[in-house]
Amino acid sequence: MVFLRNILQATVLLLGMASAALAGAYEEALPKFANDSYVDTDAAIGAIAGSGNPLSIDVVESLRDGRLLVGSGQVFFRRTSGELVNAATGQAWGNQTGELKPVRVNNRVRRAIEAALGSLTLLSSDAAKRLEAARAVFRSRDEATLPTLEKAIAQEGQPHVRNVLESARAAILLSKQDALPIQRLAAVQTLRNRGDQEALALLSNLPSQAPPEVIAAAGNAADGIRTRLAFWEAVQNVWYGISLGSVLLLAAIGLAITFGTIGVINMAHGEMVMLGAYTTFMVQELIRSNFPGLFEASLLIALPLAFLVASSVGILIERTVIRFLYGRPLETLLATWGISLILQQGVRTIFGPTNREVGTPAWMSGALDIGAMSLTYNRIAIVVFAFSVFAILLLVLRYTSLGLYVRAVTQNRRMAGSMGIRTSRVDALAFGLGSGVAGIAGVALSQIDNVSPNLGQGYIIDSFMVVVFGGVGNLWGTLVGAMTLGIANKLLEPYAGAVLGKIALLIAIIVFIQRRPRGLFALKGRAVET
Amino acid sequence: MALATAALVSGATAGAAKAEETIKVGVLHSLSGTMAISETTLKDVMLMLVEEQNKKGGLIGKKLEAVVVDPASNWPLFAEKSRELISQHKVSAVFGAWTSVSRKSVLPVFKELNSILFYPVQYEGEESERNVFYTGAAPNQQAIPAVDYLAKEEKVERWVLAGTDYVYPRTTNKILEAYLKSKGVKAEDIMVSYTPFGHSDWQTIVADIKKFGSSGKKTAVVSTINGDANVPFYKELANQGVKATDIPVVAFSVGEEELAGIDTKPLVGHLAAWNYFQSVETPENKAFIEKWKSYTKNPKRVSNDPMEAHVIGFNMWVKAVEKAGTTDPDKVIDAIVGIKVPNLTGGVSEMLPNHHITKPVLIGEIKEDGQFDTVWQTDDLVAGDAWSKHLDGSKDLVADWQTLKCGNYNTVTKKCGS
Amino acid sequence: MRTHSLFDRQTILVLSLLAAAAILVPTMNELPPPGSALHLSDHLVPLLGKYVCFALLALSVDLIWGFSGILSLGHGAFFALGGYAMGMYLMRQIGPRGVYGDPILPDFMIFLNWKELPWFWHGFDWFPFAALMVLLVPGALALVFGWFAFRSRVTGVYFSIITQAMTFALMLAFFRNDMGLGGNNGLTDFKEILGFPVQNGSTRIALFVLSVLALASGYLLCRWVVGSTFGKVLVAVRDAESRTRFLGYRVEHYKLTVFTLSALLAGVAGALYVPQVGIINPSEFAPANSIEVVIWVAVGGRGTLAGAIFGALLVNAGKTWFTAALPEFWLFALGGLFVFVTLFMPRGILGAAGDLWERSSQKLRARRSPQPATHAAE
Repeated sequence: MVFLRNILQATVLLLGMASAALAGAYEEALPKFANDSYVDTDAAIGAIAGSGNPLSIDVVESLRDGRLLVGSGQVFFRRTSGELVNAATGQAWGNQTGELKPVRVNNRVRRAIEAALGSLTLLSSDAAKRLEAARAVFRSRDEATLPTLEKAIAQEGQPHVRNVLESARAAILLSKQDALPIQRLAAVQTLRNRGDQEALALLSNLPSQAPPEVIAAAGNAADGIRTRLAFWEAVQNVWYGISLGSVLLLAAIGLAITFGTIGVINMAHGEMVMLGAYTTFMVQELIRSNFPGLFEASLLIALPLAFLVASSVGILIERTVIRFLYGRPLETLLATWGISLILQQGVRTIFGPTNREVGTPAWMSGALDIGAMSLTYNRIAIVVFAFSVFAILLLVLRYTSLGLYVRAVTQNRRMAGSMGIRTSRVDALAFGLGSGVAGIAGVALSQIDNVSPNLGQGYIIDSFMVVVFGGVGNLWGTLVGAMTLGIANKLLEPYAGAVLGKIALLIAIIVFIQRRPRGLFALKGRAVET
Repeated sequence: MALATAALVSGATAGAAKAEETIKVGVLHSLSGTMAISETTLKDVMLMLVEEQNKKGGLIGKKLEAVVVDPASNWPLFAEKSRELISQHKVSAVFGAWTSVSRKSVLPVFKELNSILFYPVQYEGEESERNVFYTGAAPNQQAIPAVDYLAKEEKVERWVLAGTDYVYPRTTNKILEAYLKSKGVKAEDIMVSYTPFGHSDWQTIVADIKKFGSSGKKTAVVSTINGDANVPFYKELANQGVKATDIPVVAFSVGEEELAGIDTKPLVGHLAAWNYFQSVETPENKAFIEKWKSYTKNPKRVSNDPMEAHVIGFNMWVKAVEKAGTTDPDKVIDAIVGIKVPNLTGGVSEMLPNHHITKPVLIGEIKEDGQFDTVWQTDDLVAGDAWSKHLDGSKDLVADWQTLKCGNYNTVTKKCGS
Repeated sequence: MRTHSLFDRQTILVLSLLAAAAILVPTMNELPPPGSALHLSDHLVPLLGKYVCFALLALSVDLIWGFSGILSLGHGAFFALGGYAMGMYLMRQIGPRGVYGDPILPDFMIFLNWKELPWFWHGFDWFPFAALMVLLVPGALALVFGWFAFRSRVTGVYFSIITQAMTFALMLAFFRNDMGLGGNNGLTDFKEILGFPVQNGSTRIALFVLSVLALASGYLLCRWVVGSTFGKVLVAVRDAESRTRFLGYRVEHYKLTVFTLSALLAGVAGALYVPQVGIINPSEFAPANSIEVVIWVAVGGRGTLAGAIFGALLVNAGKTWFTAALPEFWLFALGGLFVFVTLFMPRGILGAAGDLWERSSQKLRARRSPQPATHAAE
């Protein structure tokens, strides 16, 4: 295999040299980079990619990465090793930079680079590069790459790369003027199997001079794809709902604990979330400046710290303010609102009013494609995370002594006190636990929302709705509440729009509360009387 | 009780009225609440400009004094605070407001008390008041050139107009829709989407954009999404893999300050249209950025378009006061039209009779470091239009405070105000 | 409960202070020359007028919270609705003086290409209709909302939370430009009220005096309500709802009545507020605003009526002072106030002062006569 590829590359090289010798396209195109004009750069890329010069790939890749430099009319590129190379000769050029400026790129140039690399790296030995190249060719549909494409398909060993290569070929053949009808019909079939939005677009934008049987087949295939897409779209909406529900669950679950156990409406709950997000920011800052290697793990490191920060602040608030207000839920509501204002302005004073940047680790970027649906990794991570937090809390409440006490106090405070449970300590710990959970919710939310002093404000009403809807004193209620609201919101959004959907949902909750004033999963018994 | 309150208030504010020898400049930007995120820097810029002017020896022989108040992102409070600045502190001019509603809220106050407001933010146009000077961009100085660029350079044929549901995006999108249709874009190739303030769950909308953009025609998103909602929007774009090479997003409300809160690596190539970028390489800009960084003692502090607008506005006001020899609002209002000051992008901006200014239009692509790379700019400065030519209601209106003395002169009925 | 006469000492004190304000503010604004120590600057008149409107709003909250135990965290909604009704009247009064000169359509409709006036705008050019709507819209909303809520016995924090949801939903709705109420920009640039220019000094004075009158009447009305048998039942509901129900009172009717009455007062406050500040916009519906009103009441003294007025004036004056003198610290001060008052002054300033007064007068009475002071038969 390696041997074969070497031969192949050698052939390409020879051919390239031949054509270079003929036209000198490479040498002719190179100086255009120095013109600082996007049009010229674009043209130069095309010419270089077609020149067959062995340096082409290096030049185009350097251009993509900002390593292609010009100075005094000459073009250089810097290898990833740092070595400076004269692009015209391929010879090393010492290490001085002097007055070298990188060639500027814009979207047009980026597209040209992508297409060029697509045709240049179709035969690369790296499967990931081949896949990337195949996708680029599928987008560019450059007829000139067809021979290389055929070759690539013939020798491709990996089925998933092969699939993409074949659909790229189909995309080219479908609109190729002189393609045989049979080739086109096969292309239609390939695209039908691909079955996504792009395939649909290709099939429904068929040139009108195509043979009628191809047009008919394409029409059928397009209808098939539409049905398939409609199904997946519904699934996708449910997924969006679950993912929104998980965000709501994370934001609300800590609230459910504090509200359920000690009947405290903690209006500063959103600020606990914010503290968690800022802790993440601090952790990342530290890691960036001191241990850059740990960045991928930054969120995991932030989790316990965020829990610690938020829960300590929570316990502090409980010990200094809230414990004096037990039995007066409305007053607690006002006092915690005051605390939320202080925390917000405090963070604003310390960190400034502007958003802070929290980076996304590589393992949370990108998307997973299932059918015609794409699930982004960060949403998957948040869904998994929310359910894990839920499960852990469930276990904590079920199997630890703290959990036992908390449940006892939730159900009947006085009785629990009579049995020797130090209710005030349980209160403090429950409040700390609820706040800590809010803190780790902040770590997750830092991935999808602003890290700003206003972060918590945006979630407070929603999380109250979840808790009230789900019912107090039962975590399952919070789960069901969050998921119902999330999914309902996302199913309504395509029809009613984001704003009306939300209004409709709020009204629905208000009406629902009239029917079941204690929520879906109300605690039964005397506990709810007060 | 009311009296006690009155005494308290006047007592509090009287303290600030000390020596009469200074010229007072009001700074009306929210330092708390939701708008603090954008407005706080503008307060700092104003303080720097005043300090700098004082180092140069003040203005017409007097020192300048900045009076800072906090309207706390509360619109009626904007009106109250501007009244306080003008009546109580006797400021000669006010630099402030950010949102359209805050400007609308203070307008009647400035008209009634006949003072001067410099408004530094790009806005929806459709306004020209005698007491207000608009140093930010009107739609024709931002939105339309951006669309032209996309159509020409990126060959865009299908448009998503996504915005926050308030007056600036609504009006801008109305103008753009009319403009695009006049250029032959069909209605089915335009998708308009509005979201509430602070919208944070963009999954559905980004998916819709992807779907709309995969029809085979080149698609772009024109974003008038406001402030806070941008971060989750861009994060979702990055996560769903919407790359600038496939579906570029051009934004009118995203500048260096907003990008400072986002990891920009996945956003490289998305665009913004402004009249200024921090990355613009001119001696004026270099000097400004140096001063700004040393003033704030923060080498990472970024600069942005509304800051430049305040710099231009302040310099114009200074020149107008010098020309008039007084800070009397009527004289300054007359003197300032036609005043030219250098802007930070290498041109010379002029105050026009419609109280808007001339500005260059720059299109920038987001770079990895959170700055913009200017990929296109107008050859000449563009004059700001108070009234859009693309809207039915305003196509016959012109504003001219020099000869016509009217902000809404109807060229058809030849009357002012009807 | 100390006395049953409508005109007890507190009432007389409040009314005379309000009367003094209604007389002194105009005189001090008009008579002394500007610059004199007695002169009340022009910009303070609408500011004080605004405080007075807030005081009326606080009064309405105290009526339900202080006397019936209903904590509404959405009263800003009724205030804003009253304000919008007034704002719509003021918009229609602009007539052809808008920037586009359209005799019917407000400016914001023109530049959003609206062709005709939406149905709900009709009638608002006629003041009596608008005045009716100022009462009717908040009243109707309170009636419907309260009917659902009280009938199904939604109480305590649950009620507070759904009132938050209500005002939040209204805020989102009013932010929509498609509502036809000006979206985020709201209604502004008013010219005239009943033929008088709103910017005029004398109109301002008149509005101020009107607001003081409204506050005084609102105060008297609340005093009368809480002093009546009806008011006694309300207090009973506050202190022991189930017991009152078992005694045969239809608790939900009492609550619904007082809730609606309170919404009407809030609506009037909003209507008087709008011409004085010159703008009404959806942020008046913001949940945070409604919560702030509650703190005014708490600071002044819950369940004292006079305390609500006092608290509203004090906190708002504080806000004016802080946002000018120490802008960065306003939220710290407000937040600290919330915590301090709930922790250390659960009965508010007037409540605490009242306790002090009570104690000293009891001592005095105890010295005079050996008999303890008894309350008249209830």
